[in-house]
Amino acid sequence: MEKQEAVKSKKAVSAAASGTKKMTMETDIHKISASRRAVSGIWKGLMIASFVLIMALLIFLIGYICYRGLPNITWQLVSSEPSLLTETDGILPNILNTIYIVIMTLVIVLPLGVGTAIYLNEYATNAKLVAIIELATETLAGIPSIIYGLAGMLIFVQFFSLGTSLLAGSLTLVIMTLPTIIRTTQESLKTVPDSYREGSLALGSGKWHMIRTVVLPSSIDGIVTGCILAIGRVVGESAALLFTAGMANKIMNFGQALTPGNAGSTLTVALYMYAKERGEFDIAFAIAAILLILTLIINFSAKIVANKLKVKK
Amino acid sequence: MEEVKKIGHTGEKVAHGIFFVCGMVAIAFVLFITVFLVISGVPAIGKIGITDFLFGTVWASTAAEPKFGILPFILTSVYGTFGAILIAVPIGLLCAIYLSKFAGNKAAAMIRSAVELLAGIPSVVYGLVGMIVVVPWVRETFNLPDGANLFSAIIVLSVMVLPNVISVSETSLDAVPKEYEEASLALGANYTETVFKVSVHAARSGIASAVVLGVGRAIGEAMAVMMVAGNVANMPSLFTSVRFLTTAVVSEMSYASGLQREALFSIALVLFIFIIIITLLLNFVFKKKGDVA
Repeated sequence: MEKQEAVKSKKAVSAAASGTKKMTMETDIHKISASRRAVSGIWKGLMIASFVLIMALLIFLIGYICYRGLPNITWQLVSSEPSLLTETDGILPNILNTIYIVIMTLVIVLPLGVGTAIYLNEYATNAKLVAIIELATETLAGIPSIIYGLAGMLIFVQFFSLGTSLLAGSLTLVIMTLPTIIRTTQESLKTVPDSYREGSLALGSGKWHMIRTVVLPSSIDGIVTGCILAIGRVVGESAALLFTAGMANKIMNFGQALTPGNAGSTLTVALYMYAKERGEFDIAFAIAAILLILTLIINFSAKIVANKLKVKK
Repeated sequence: MEEVKKIGHTGEKVAHGIFFVCGMVAIAFVLFITVFLVISGVPAIGKIGITDFLFGTVWASTAAEPKFGILPFILTSVYGTFGAILIAVPIGLLCAIYLSKFAGNKAAAMIRSAVELLAGIPSVVYGLVGMIVVVPWVRETFNLPDGANLFSAIIVLSVMVLPNVISVSETSLDAVPKEYEEASLALGANYTETVFKVSVHAARSGIASAVVLGVGRAIGEAMAVMMVAGNVANMPSLFTSVRFLTTAVVSEMSYASGLQREALFSIALVLFIFIIIITLLLNFVFKKKGDVA
C-alpha cells in the first residue's frame, strides 16, 4: 500500500488511480526495517484518527443541533414577533432584520469592494501603493469582530450619530466584509486572459469601457462567490452587531430599517440573548438550526459557483 | 466625432478617479479604526496609569473604590489561546497532511466540505453547543461546582480554530514542489517518511502562518467564549471561571459609564495591538519565506 502510493505523484493519483493499481509489482524493490514501518504506521494511524475525529465532530454538531432545534421550529415561531400579552415568542423580526442587514451591507460593499479590486488589478501602477492597500485589506481581514463592534459604535453610532440602528450595523459590516469581496474579485480578475483586454483596447475602446464590457462580465462568477461568502459572514456575525445594531425585537419594514435610530437584532444576536440572558434554549436551538441550514445553503451555492468558474477556466 | 472622443475621454478620467477612491477606502478604514480606538482608549490608561492598568491583578470596575487591572484578562486570553492552539494544531496539521498527501479524491472532497462547513458555522452556535454540551460534561467529569471555566473555553476555541489551521496548512503543503518529494523517494525513504520529514519541513513557514492565524482567530473570539468561560474576573487557572480580553468588553459595555467605559475601550486597544502585531508578523515574517516554499 505504502509503496504503491509512493510511486504516484500526488496529482497523477486521481487521473491514473484505476490504472496504476495493477502496476504494484515494482513494490518489493526495497524492504524497510520493522521499526521504520512501525513509525510510518503510527503516523498514518494518527492521521486517520484526526480525520475521523473531525468528521465525527461535524456529524455530531449537525446531528445535535438538528435534534434539539428542528422540533422547535414552528410556524408560529417564524411568523410572529415576541409578545408579552400572549406570552409567545417569535423570531420573524430577527429574520427580517437579518435580511435587511444582508441587503444593506451588500449594496454598499459590493461597488466598493469590486471597485478596489479593479483599481488594484487594472489601474494601479505604483507597486508601493498596491502593497499598502493589500496590507490594509489584510489588516481588515484580521481584525476580530468585537473590535469592529466597538469601532462601529464609536464611528457610526456616536460620531455620525446614527444611533444604535440597523444602518449603523450594516455600515460596520461593510468594513468587515470588504476584504472578502476584494480578495475574491481580485482573484477572478486575475484569471481573465490579457488577450481579452488587448483585443478590446485594439478595437479602440477606452479602459473603463473595456473593463465594463469585457473584464467584468468574464469575472462575474468570482464576484458572485465573494457575495455569497460575504452573506455568510453577515448572517453569522454577532459580536460586531451587539453594540451597533442593538437588541430590539420589533417588526420593521425596509424603510424603517434604513432610518437611523431604529435598532434591531439579527438571528445570531437573538440566539445569544435567548441562550445567555434568558435561558430559553428551545428557541436558541431553533435559531441555531435555522442558521445551520443557512450555512449549508451558503456553502453549497458557493461551491456550485466556484465549480462553474473552474469549468470555464 | 470630436465630441464623442472628448466625452469618452472625460468618462475615462472620471472612472479612473472613482476607482482610485475605492482603492483608498480600505486604507481609510484602517486609519479610521486605529484613530478612533486610540483616541478613546488612551485617556483611561493615562488616568489609571499604564503599569496599574496592564499589570494590576484586580478588576473591580463597579466597586466603591474601582480598580482597573487587566492582567487577569491578558493572561486568560494568552492561556486560552495557547491551550486552543495546543489542541487544534496537532489535529489540524495531521488532518491537513492527510488531506493534501494521502486522501483520494472523494475523501479529500469530503474533508474540504467538512472544514468549510465548520468554518461557516456562526460563533454563537458554537457557544450554544458549548454551553449545553461541553460545560455540563466538564462539570461532571472533573467534579466541579460549575463547568463554565477556562478549560471549556479552550475546548470550544480549539474546535473553532481547527478549520483555519487545516485550510492554511493544506494550501502550503500543496505548494511543496514535487521534486523535493521525488528526491526523497529516490533516496529510499518511503512515502510516509517523505511526507513527514520532507514535505512538512518544506511547508513549515506556511504551517507557522496557519498557527499564527489560528492565534489571531482564538484571541479575537468573543461570543462563543462569552457563553462558556463563566465570565468572572479571576486570575486564570484551568478550572476557574475566567474573563478574556474580548469578553471583558462585551460583558460590561452595555451598562458601563465614565472611567469604566473608557477602560473598556482601553482593553479593546490592547486587543487591537495584539492583532496588529499578529497581522504584521504574518505579512513580514512568514510571507516572504512562504513565497519560496
